[in-house]
Amino acid sequence: MSIKGNLWDPVAGFGVTFRTMFKKVVTEQYPFEKVPTAPRFHGRHQLNRWPDGLEKCIGCELCAWACPADAIYVEGASNVDVLPDGSPDASGRFSPGERYGRVYQINYLRCILCGLCIEACPTRALTMTNEYELADDNREALIYEKSDLLAPLLPGMTEPPHEMLISDDHQDYYRGKQLPIVEAGE
Amino acid sequence: MSELFGQEPFWVVALKATLIFVILVVYTLFNIWLERRVVARMQHRVGPNVHGPFGLLQSLADGVKLALKEDIVVKAADKVVYVLAPILATIPAFLAWSVIPFGPEVTIPFTDTVTPLQLTDMPVAVLYVLAVTSIGVYGIVLAGWSSGSTYALLGGLRSSAQVISYEVAMGLSFVTVFLYAGSMSTSEIVAAQTDLWYFLPLLPSFVVYLISMVGETNRAPFDLPEAEGELVGGFHTEYSSLKFALFFLAEYINMVTVSALATTLFLGGWRAPFGIAQVWEGANEGYWPVLWFLGKTLFFIFLFIWLRGTLPRMRYDQFMAFGWKILIPVSLGWIFVVIVLRKLQNEGSIDEAVVNWAGVVAAVLLIAVIALRREKPTPDRPEQATGSAHEGYPVPLPFDELQKEESR
Repeated sequence: MSIKGNLWDPVAGFGVTFRTMFKKVVTEQYPFEKVPTAPRFHGRHQLNRWPDGLEKCIGCELCAWACPADAIYVEGASNVDVLPDGSPDASGRFSPGERYGRVYQINYLRCILCGLCIEACPTRALTMTNEYELADDNREALIYEKSDLLAPLLPGMTEPPHEMLISDDHQDYYRGKQLPIVEAGE
Repeated sequence: MSELFGQEPFWVVALKATLIFVILVVYTLFNIWLERRVVARMQHRVGPNVHGPFGLLQSLADGVKLALKEDIVVKAADKVVYVLAPILATIPAFLAWSVIPFGPEVTIPFTDTVTPLQLTDMPVAVLYVLAVTSIGVYGIVLAGWSSGSTYALLGGLRSSAQVISYEVAMGLSFVTVFLYAGSMSTSEIVAAQTDLWYFLPLLPSFVVYLISMVGETNRAPFDLPEAEGELVGGFHTEYSSLKFALFFLAEYINMVTVSALATTLFLGGWRAPFGIAQVWEGANEGYWPVLWFLGKTLFFIFLFIWLRGTLPRMRYDQFMAFGWKILIPVSLGWIFVVIVLRKLQNEGSIDEAVVNWAGVVAAVLLIAVIALRREKPTPDRPEQATGSAHEGYPVPLPFDELQKEESR
C-alpha cells in the first residue's frame, strides 16, 4: 500500500463526518411543516362518482381479488329502479347498470398501498388520494367503510339513490358520453 | 496537595459531594442530548429538537419514561445479583469523581470558608480512580452472568476481557505522567502542568490513553459487549426500566470520568487553555477554572461522539490483537524511552527542551512506521477446485463445465 493509503485513508472518514455536520440537513419538520407528496403518491383510497352523483363502483370485487394483502371486502347488490309490480323501490339505484357495491371496506391494518386494486378496477371507481395520515389508536377505526371512502359530492352532484341522469343507457356512462346534467327531481 | 483535604468540616464535604452528584447527572443528560444531536448532524439529520429549547429536555423526558416503565425481573435470573449488578455498575462511576479536581482553592459564596474545588485528594488518587472504575466492570460482568441469558453472558464476558486488556495499556500510559509529575495525586499532577501540558511531551502516552479510554468505556468502535447485531443488547439485554437506566447512566458517567481523567493528566486539568491565561490574569482563579475544565471534558466527549459517528465496530479478535500486540508494546517501549531521558536530564546530560520534544519526535517516528508499513503479502490460496469437491466439501460444477458434461 502507498503512504497515502497507510496514513491518510484511515483518517479520511473523520473528515467526512466532520464536514457533514455543517451541511444542510435533509430532515423535514413533519408534524409542523407538511411537505406535499409526489403527485402520484399512493395514499388513502377514494371511491369516485359520476358527474351526476351516481357511484362508479359496480361491486365486481376485482379489487378484492387483486389485493395481495386481502385487505378489501366488497359485497355487491342489484340496483333496482322499480319493483316488478311497478312501485318505486326503497333501495333504489346507486350506480349506472345492473350492480353496485353495497358494502365496501378497506382494512388499513392490512393494506400495503401497492395500488394493484386501482389497476384492477374496470370503471376507475377506485383511485388513491395523497392523504397519508392513516394512523389511529384502535383497530376498528382502521377498517374504512364505504362512507369513509366515497368521494364528496361536488356541485351538480346528487346524493344517490336516484335514477341515471346523464343518459338512460348505462353504456353511455362507461363510454364517457357527457350529456348535460339534469338536476334530480326535474 | 492542599492541606485542607481530609480536614474540612462535614458540611463542606457534604456540599461538594452533592454538587458533584448533581453536576454528573445533569452533565449526563446533557451529554446524551449532545451525542444525539451531533451524531444526527453527522448523518444529515437534525436530532431531538422538539422538547425544550433545542430539544434539551429530551433526555429528561426519556429518563422519566424509562423510570416509569415496567420493571421486569426475568425468571431465569439470579435475583439478588441481578438487582445488585446495576447498582454495582453505577456507584463506582460516581465514586471516581471524588478525586477529580474542578479548580483551585475558592471561597464558598456568603461564607469565609476556603476550599479546593475537589472533594478530596490522596497521594495515590489516580490509582484509586483505576481501582474504583474496575469495580464498575463487576456490575457489567455480574449483570451478564445473573441474567440467565446467553446473549447477556457473552456480552458480560466480552466486557470483562475487553476492560482488563485495555486497562493494562491505560495504566501504562499513566506511568509516564507519574514520572513527569512525580506524584499520583490529581491536584499535584495539575499543579505540575502549570508551564507545559503533558499531552505534548508525552504525546505517545496521550494517544495510547485516548484509544484505551474508548476501549474502557465500551464505546464505539469498541462497543463489542453490546454489539446489537450479534448480542441483541449485550450484558443489559434482560434489563428494563430503572435498572437499565442505571447502566445507561453508568456508561455515560464513565465516559465523562475518562474524559475528566484525560483532561487532568494530559490537558492541564482546570488550567485555562493556552493564550487565555497570558492575556487575562484572573483566568486561573476563582470559579472560572470550572469552565475550562468542563470545556476540555466536553472536547473529549465530542471525540467520543465523533468516533461513534465515523468508525464501524471492530471485530473482536482484531480488537484484542490491537490492545495486546500494539498498544501495550508501544507503551512499554515509550516508558523505557521516558525513563532513559529523565535519567539523563536528572544527571544534566541533556537539556529539558530535548526531553519536552521527545514525545513529538516519538509520535512522528510512530507515524512514519505506520506510513511505511507494508501490507503482508497474502498467502497464495489454492485455486478453488473446479471439480465436484472443494476442500472435502461437494460443490456444484461451474456452468460451462456443466454444459460440456451434457453435450458429451
